[in-house]
Amino acid sequence: MENLIALLIAAPLLGAAVLLCGGRRLDRVGHWLGTLLAAASFVIGVVLFSDMLGRSGDGRTLHQHLFSWIPVESFQADVAFQLDQLSMTFVLLITGVGTLIHIYSIGYMEHDERRRRFFGYLNLFLAAMLLLVLADNYLLLYFGWEGVGLASYLLIGFWQHKPSAATAAKKAFLVNRVGDMGLSIAVMLMFTTFGTFAFGPVLGSTGDATEGKMTAIGLMLLLAACGKSAQVPLQSWLGDAMEGPTPVSALIHAATMVTAGVYLITRSGAIFNAAPDAQLVVVVVGAVTLLFGAVVGCAKDDIKKALAGSTMSQIGYMILAAGLGPIGYVFAIMHLVTHGFFKAGLFLGAGSVMHGMNDEVDMRKYGGLRKHMPVTFVTFGLGYLAIIGFPGLSGFFSKDLIIEAAFAKGGTQGWILGSVTLLGAAITAFYMTRVMLMTFFGEKRWQPDEHGHQPHPHESPKSMTIPMIILAFGSVFAGGFFAIGERFVHWLEPVTGYHHGEAPISAATVTGATMVVLVLGAALAWLMYGRRPVPVTAPRGSLLTRAARRDLLQDDFNHVVLVRGGEHLTRSLVYVDHTLVDGVVNGTAASFGGLSGRLRKLQNGYARTYAVSMFGGTAVLIAATLLMRAV
Amino acid sequence: MSATAVHSLWTTTAAGGIDKIPAPNIEYAQLAPTLIVAGAAVLGILIEAFLPRKARYHAQLFLSVVALAAAFAAVVALAAGGYGTSKKHIAAMGAIAIDGPTLFLQGTILLASVVAVFTFAERRLDPESHGNRIDSFAAQAAAVPGSEGEKDAVRAGFTTTEVFPLALFAVAGMLVFPAANDLLTLFIALEVFSLPLYLLCALARRKRLMSQEAAVKYFLLGAFSSAFLLFGIALLYGYAGSVSYARIAEVVDGTVQNVSPTLADTMGNDALLLIGGALILMGLLFKVGAVPFHMWTPDVYQGAPTPVTGFMAAATKVAAFGALLRLLYVVLPGLRWDWRPVMWAVVIVTMLGGAIVAITQTDIKRLLAYSSIAHAGFILAGVIAATPEGISSVLFYLGAYSFVTIGAFAVVTLVRDAGGEATHLSKWAGLGRRSPLVAAVFAVFLLAFAGIPLTSGFSGKFAVFKAAADGGAGALVVVGVIASAIAAFFYIRVIVLMFFSEPRPEGPTVAVPSALTTMAIGIGVVVTLVLGVAPQYFLDLASQAGGFVR
Repeated sequence: MENLIALLIAAPLLGAAVLLCGGRRLDRVGHWLGTLLAAASFVIGVVLFSDMLGRSGDGRTLHQHLFSWIPVESFQADVAFQLDQLSMTFVLLITGVGTLIHIYSIGYMEHDERRRRFFGYLNLFLAAMLLLVLADNYLLLYFGWEGVGLASYLLIGFWQHKPSAATAAKKAFLVNRVGDMGLSIAVMLMFTTFGTFAFGPVLGSTGDATEGKMTAIGLMLLLAACGKSAQVPLQSWLGDAMEGPTPVSALIHAATMVTAGVYLITRSGAIFNAAPDAQLVVVVVGAVTLLFGAVVGCAKDDIKKALAGSTMSQIGYMILAAGLGPIGYVFAIMHLVTHGFFKAGLFLGAGSVMHGMNDEVDMRKYGGLRKHMPVTFVTFGLGYLAIIGFPGLSGFFSKDLIIEAAFAKGGTQGWILGSVTLLGAAITAFYMTRVMLMTFFGEKRWQPDEHGHQPHPHESPKSMTIPMIILAFGSVFAGGFFAIGERFVHWLEPVTGYHHGEAPISAATVTGATMVVLVLGAALAWLMYGRRPVPVTAPRGSLLTRAARRDLLQDDFNHVVLVRGGEHLTRSLVYVDHTLVDGVVNGTAASFGGLSGRLRKLQNGYARTYAVSMFGGTAVLIAATLLMRAV
Repeated sequence: MSATAVHSLWTTTAAGGIDKIPAPNIEYAQLAPTLIVAGAAVLGILIEAFLPRKARYHAQLFLSVVALAAAFAAVVALAAGGYGTSKKHIAAMGAIAIDGPTLFLQGTILLASVVAVFTFAERRLDPESHGNRIDSFAAQAAAVPGSEGEKDAVRAGFTTTEVFPLALFAVAGMLVFPAANDLLTLFIALEVFSLPLYLLCALARRKRLMSQEAAVKYFLLGAFSSAFLLFGIALLYGYAGSVSYARIAEVVDGTVQNVSPTLADTMGNDALLLIGGALILMGLLFKVGAVPFHMWTPDVYQGAPTPVTGFMAAATKVAAFGALLRLLYVVLPGLRWDWRPVMWAVVIVTMLGGAIVAITQTDIKRLLAYSSIAHAGFILAGVIAATPEGISSVLFYLGAYSFVTIGAFAVVTLVRDAGGEATHLSKWAGLGRRSPLVAAVFAVFLLAFAGIPLTSGFSGKFAVFKAAADGGAGALVVVGVIASAIAAFFYIRVIVLMFFSEPRPEGPTVAVPSALTTMAIGIGVVVTLVLGVAPQYFLDLASQAGGFVR
C-alpha cells in the first residue's frame, strides 16, 4: 500500500511534464489530461485513506523510501515519504479541492489560448504541494516548499502581458524568498543540532537540545510560515497575488498553498512545544494578522482583494491556534480544512461573478446580482454563512473551537487572545456581509467596460457551477461532521497530540458571545451598505479607511524601511567596494605591474648578462644544496 | 709510468682486447621509433643532395610526415606490447630505458612534431614572389641579409628545405633524451637535438638579423650550459665510478658491492655528488627554461621563425622534462631531502618570475615566451611532488600543453602585415571584429594557458597542483595559484584587446592558410577541448605510464 504514495505525486508531475513539454499538439486535450491526472491523484488519495481507516490508531503511519537523494557520508538526505493522519488530511484537501478547481478552470479559462500551459502549471503546483506535505524530512519539504513558490509565481504572473500581473508575481516571489531564507536557516540549524533532517529523529529528540537552539529554529520556521502564509510582517504579497486567474486565487492563495505555514508549524509542534518563547511569538503574529487582514478586508472594493484580506485573517486564526500548542493544533488544522472549502467556494463564486460581469472586480459596480446568477448566489451565500460562523455551518464549529482554545490559554494572555479572536469574528461578519450586500443585493450599479460593452450577467456554465455546489456542501457540513463526537480530534491526536484546554468561561458563554458579536458585525454592515445605496465611486472615507485601502500602509512601510534602507546599505557597500576593495586590488595590480617593469629591465639583450644570470644561479643552486646538507 | 709500461699496456689491450670485446646487444625493434626518425633524417640529407630543387619540398614533407607517423606507430606497438608496463626494461646495453614515461613522452613528442612539421611546410601565408611560393624560412641561409646574393636567391625561388631533415634530427635527439639511462647518452642526445635547433632558429625569412642574433645567443648559452652539464657528469662519474643511472643510484643508496680500486678515493664523496647533481640539474633546467636559467627564452622565441618557436616550445620542453623526471626519480631519489628545498625555490621564482614579467610585454611572441616560463614553473611543481601521481600529472600536463603551444604559435603566423608577422600586441587590437574565427581560436588557447575549466590547461594544472599538494608542497600550490591569477591577467588582456578594442585602420590582415596550418590549429583546438572536457581517459593513460624502470 505504501508504494502508492509516490504515485500521488507522480500523477500530477507527469501531467506537468507532458503539458509543459508537449507543445501545441496537446492544446485540444491538455485541460482534460491535466484534470484527469489531478482526479487520479485524488482517487489514489481516497484509496490510501480508506486503507488507513482500516488500520488501528498506531499503525496508521506509512513510510515509503524512494531513493537516496544526497548520499554523502554524514549528510544523508532521502527522497522518502511519510503518510500519517496529518498529511492524509492535506492530501485529500489538496487533491479534492484541486480536482474541483481543475474542472472549474476548464470553463473559466476556455477562451485563453494558453490554457494548456495553465493546466501544466496547476499540475506542477499539485505535485509540489503534495511533495511538501508528504516529505518525511525537512530537506525534501524544503524542495516542495520552493516548488509551490515557483508554481505560485508562474500562476500569479500567468497573464504576463499585464504589467501589474508581472509585478505582482515578482513581488510574491521576492517576499517569499525572505520566508524561504528562514526555512533554509532552520533546516541548517536542525542539521547542525541533530545531524539529520528526518522528522522522526529531529522531532523525537527536541529535549536533547538547548531551549535557545529550539527557539532559534522555531523563530526561523515561523519566518518561513509568515512568508508562505502571508502573515505580518510578510503579508504584503497576497493582495497583489489576486492578479492571477481566479481559480489560482481559490486553490493556491486561499485553500492550500497559503496554509503551508500552518502545516509547517503543526508538523514541527515538538520544536515549538520545547520553545515557549517562539510559541508566544507565533501567537502574537497570528493575533496581529487576524485583525490586520480583517481591517484590510473591510475597506477593499475589489472583491478578490476583500477575500484576500479575509484569507489573511482566517490564516491568522489558524496560526494563533497552532501557537497555542497541543490545545490548538487540532483546531488549527480543522479550521484549515473547513476554510479550504468555504474560501475556495467564495473565490469560485467571485470568479463566476466576474465571468458574468466582463471581468469587473469592483464591487461598487455590482449590485442586485442574486436574480441573475441564482446558483452563484446560493453557493456564495452558503460560503458566506460558513465563514462568519452561522450556527450549524462549518465555520461555526471550527472558529468557535479556536476562540475557546484562545481563552483556555489561561491568564491575561488567554483573555487578550480570546478578546482578539472575538473581535476578529465581529469584523469578519462585518466585511463578509458587506461583500454579500454589495454584490448580490441593492441597486444595479453596472457600468460598461472600457470597450463600451454593457454587462449582461448570466449564470456560469456547468463546469463552473458544479464545483461551486460541491464546495458549498463542504462549507455546510464539514464542520459539523468533524466536530460532533470530536471525530477530528481523535483522528489527528496521534500525530499532533491533544490536550483539552479548560477555558475560564464556559463553552456556552463563548458561543453566546460569538453569536452576539456576529449579529453586531452583520447588522452594522447592513446599516451601512444594505439600508443605504452604495455610491459607485468610493467616498473619501475616514483616515482608517484610507489606510486600510492602502493595505494599512504596508507597502509604504516596506518602501521606506526596507527599500530605502536597502538602497542605502548597498550604496555604502558599493562605496566600500570602490574605495577599499578596489583600492587593495588595484594597488596589488599596480605593484605587480611596477615589479614587472623593473624585472623586465634585467632582460637587456646581452648574452653576457644572461650567462652571468646562469652562472650566478648555478652558484646559488650548488651553495644552497651544500648548505642544506650542512644544516 | 714509464714509456715501456705504457707501450705494453697498449699492446696487450689491443692484442687481447679486440678479440674479446663482444658485439653489443642492441634491441633494434624497441629502438625503432628513434631509428626510423634518424634514418629518415639521413634520407632527407640525401634528398637534398640528389633530388632536383623543385621536387625537394614535396619529397621532404612526405618523408617527414611518413617517418614521424611510422615512428608513432612503432611507439603504439611497443606500448601495446606491454613495454610501457609489464615488460619495461633497460635496452641497448644499459643506455636506453624502455618504460612507460619513455613511450608516453616519445608519443607526445612525435605527435607534436607532426603538427609542427605541418606549420613548417606552410607556403600560403605570404603572397607569391616572382611566381614562387614562399615559406617561413630564409631563401638561402648562407646569403648575407640584405645582400645581392639574398635577392638573387629570392628571385630564383630557392627554399631551405633542409629544415625538414634538421627537424627530424632534432626529433631523434628528443626521442632519446627522456629515455637516456646513462649520463653520456643523455649528453649526446642533448647535443643531437640542440644543434639542429640552433640552426633552425637562424633561418627566419624576415627580420633575418634578429633571427641570427637569436640563434647565436641560443648557441652560446646552450654551449655554456652544456659545459656545466658535462662537468656535472664528470663529477658524478667521480662519485660513483659509473655514468649508468642505476649504478649511481646504488651508490647514493649505499648498496653498492664492488668498488673499483682506482676510484676508491673519490667514490662516495658527497661533495662530488651534490655539486655534480646540481650542475646536471642546471643543464636540464636551462632546457626547460626555469628561472634563473630562462633568459635566452624570450629573445630566442621572438627571433626564431614562428613555426620553429612552436616546435621548440612544445617538443623540446617535453623531452627536457622527461629527462629531468628520470634524473630526479631514478638517479637522485635518495637525495630527495637535498634537492627538494632548492627546487622549491626554483619553482617559486620560475612561476612568479614568468608571470610577473609577462605582464608588461608588448610582443605576442615574447608574451608567449614568458608564459612558457611560468608554465615550466607549474610543471616543475608536479615534478617535485616525488610521488607516482607527480609523474603522471607531469606527463599529462606536457601532452596537453604542447598542443596548446603549437596551436597558439600557428595562429601567430596568420596575423600579418606588410613586414611579415604582426607580433606587436597593439596591432592585435580589434582582431575579433575583423576575423572572429581566428580570434576565437586564439582565445581558446589563451584560456587554456590561463587554466580555465573545460580546457586542457585546467585539467593539467589541476593534476599537477593536486599532486604537489598531496606530495606535501601545499605552500607551493598557493604560490602557484597566485602566479596563475597573475598570468590570467595578461592572457585575458589579450582577449579583451582582440574583442573589445576598436580595430586600427592600418591593422594587420589575417592570412588564409593552406590545409596544413589549418590542420595544425584544428588539432590544437580539438586536443585542448577534449582534454578539457573529458580528460579521464588520458589521465588514466598517463597514470599507467607513470612507472620508471630502474
